[in-house]
Amino acid sequence: MKKFDTLISTVVPLAEENIDTDQIIPARFLKATTREGFGENLFRDWRFDDKGNMIENFPLNDNTYAGKILLAGKNFGCGSSREHAAWALFDYGYRVVVSSHFADIFKSNALNNGLLPVQVSEAFSETLFSSIEASPGMEIEVDLKAQLIKAPGMSISESFEINPFKKHCLLTGKDDFEFLLDHLDTIREFEKTSIYTLET
Amino acid sequence: MGKTLFDKVWEQHVVREITNGPTVLYIDRHFIHEVTSPQAFTGLKERGFQVFRPKQTIATADHNVPTYDQHLPIKNALSRKQVNALTENCKAYGIELYGLGHPYQGIVHVIGPELGITQPGMTIVCGDSHTSTHGAFGTIAFGIGTSEVQHVLATQTLLQCKPKTMRINVEGSLQNGVTAKDLILYIISKIGMGGATGYFVEYSGQAIRNLSMESRMTVCNMSIEMGARGGMIAPDMVTFEYMKNREFAPGGKAWEEMKTYWETLRTDADAVFDRELTFYGEDVAPMITFGTNPGMGIGVDETVPSREHGLNGETYSFDKSLSYMHIDAGTPLLGKKVNYVFIGSCTNGRIEDLRQVAQVVKGRKKASNITALVVPGSRQVEALARKEGIDKILEAAGFELRQPGCSACLAMNEDKIPKGEYCVSTSNRNFEGRQGPGSRTMLASPLTAAATAIKGYIADVRDII
Ligand code: SF4
Repeated sequence: MKKFDTLISTVVPLAEENIDTDQIIPARFLKATTREGFGENLFRDWRFDDKGNMIENFPLNDNTYAGKILLAGKNFGCGSSREHAAWALFDYGYRVVVSSHFADIFKSNALNNGLLPVQVSEAFSETLFSSIEASPGMEIEVDLKAQLIKAPGMSISESFEINPFKKHCLLTGKDDFEFLLDHLDTIREFEKTSIYTLET
Repeated sequence: MGKTLFDKVWEQHVVREITNGPTVLYIDRHFIHEVTSPQAFTGLKERGFQVFRPKQTIATADHNVPTYDQHLPIKNALSRKQVNALTENCKAYGIELYGLGHPYQGIVHVIGPELGITQPGMTIVCGDSHTSTHGAFGTIAFGIGTSEVQHVLATQTLLQCKPKTMRINVEGSLQNGVTAKDLILYIISKIGMGGATGYFVEYSGQAIRNLSMESRMTVCNMSIEMGARGGMIAPDMVTFEYMKNREFAPGGKAWEEMKTYWETLRTDADAVFDRELTFYGEDVAPMITFGTNPGMGIGVDETVPSREHGLNGETYSFDKSLSYMHIDAGTPLLGKKVNYVFIGSCTNGRIEDLRQVAQVVKGRKKASNITALVVPGSRQVEALARKEGIDKILEAAGFELRQPGCSACLAMNEDKIPKGEYCVSTSNRNFEGRQGPGSRTMLASPLTAAATAIKGYIADVRDII
């Protein structure tokens, strides 16, 4: 997993609420057997019409906006558990998603892939949306160590929560997998008394 | 202080608690399918690991399979490749696969329970959000991402933070024509799409206890649509009756022993939940959704609310949603013409659902504008439907009975609803384009779907039965 420490970037604002993973990456693009290349079809049906023409006023297509931070409306990533959504966002170039509310499975998928979900208050989210609308080139700084999101030019900031273990993983680039593998002996021990373990 | 059902099952599965961190949680059963597993196997291969407990993982092909001519090679090259990858991975790692053509094949969440693999007190995961279905048996069951699929394959554990708990009581009883699907759509419409994020839900109360096992699965299935990590119901006589004599359920002396254990799996009287809500069965009407998330549901005879009365404070998306659906606020839905009806999915693709549909359409014909697709949840459901003559009833009514799979629930295969068309669907998601690009989904019960197919427009099943 890629490490994450601090990021300073401009922001792409996507004001919709309840953006589900079917929008982030539609099911018809899930036929791949690798993790790569999903960025191409990120928000496919919002970026392109059914003839393949770019929908120009969609924020990701709008030249006014660019950057590695996606600012989205409340309840981002709801619906299907497809990790392809996190892969697609990362592959497209995002490193941070900011929202006032994330769906659980999306959040853990993002964290498992070095994509940082930053949950802010609704008030802060609104301030960000209106500030970016007013000055699209504005930069945001996300500091994982300090758990702080701020707009240096505007003196607004807010701290955010993250599970300490997950924080450690992101800062060091280690993932759950390595951690769990260190526990195989403990797991075997546990299995001696567990009811539903089959043949060990 | 007493313990909740959730606490009891959770505690049984804690391998290790990490201070300030997540828990290493043991997973009893793991279901995999072709879409969310290939990258997990690749990850395993790349790092040179084996599957730790291959017997505790069960595979099936469901998401991306055709629903006709299943005996022939899959036409779509990418789909074929994905299904073949599952077959090869299962072979390489010694995992049981109920692939196409196998008498046990079907949607993961339909086959687990019907085979008796799903048992009370288990932890069950799958790379699919509707894994919550299995919670109907008093299990902790939830959906995971592909990285986590890899973790389970390699270690039979996951790192999980303990969620908060919520109890949803449903008192009283459901009225005639009102099903478990209507109940859960009603609850989601009240709580909202993100209303249960961070919680694990236990359903209880008279109206829940009176539900059949299949109906309980319908309720637990859609827990994720209000953001819950999962939903569960304490096992009781209804559960045990359903499980008895199923292929992988314990038999003989083991059955009695397990039953004694299962009977302890209930919330203590003095247990406290982080949040508790109560609803009344009598308040629930046949439901239908008008928007693009499952929380945007109303009684079938109500009018579409206006943005001001909007739902659960979801303002931005309300207008966008209605414009996508081409539906106006303040208008009724009853009588609205629809051309497609889809009956199936892990929410409503079990035999009880097909029986309900058959009961409505028996001796009737679908309206001429309607295309009605019925996709059984599994081969066993299909076989039972044929045995009971449901196939004949459906065919006589002009419905098409297909072979099992997820089908138009997520439209990864050919079963898509055309752009701009409405589909009354018994599945669980009405997101934009969920049933094909530009499709407009309206979620409802099998009864409402059947009534709509007969009339050719959105109908109130209570006027028919
Ligand atoms: S039927 Fe639909 S919701 Fe259920 S597992 Fe298949 S795609 Fe997912």
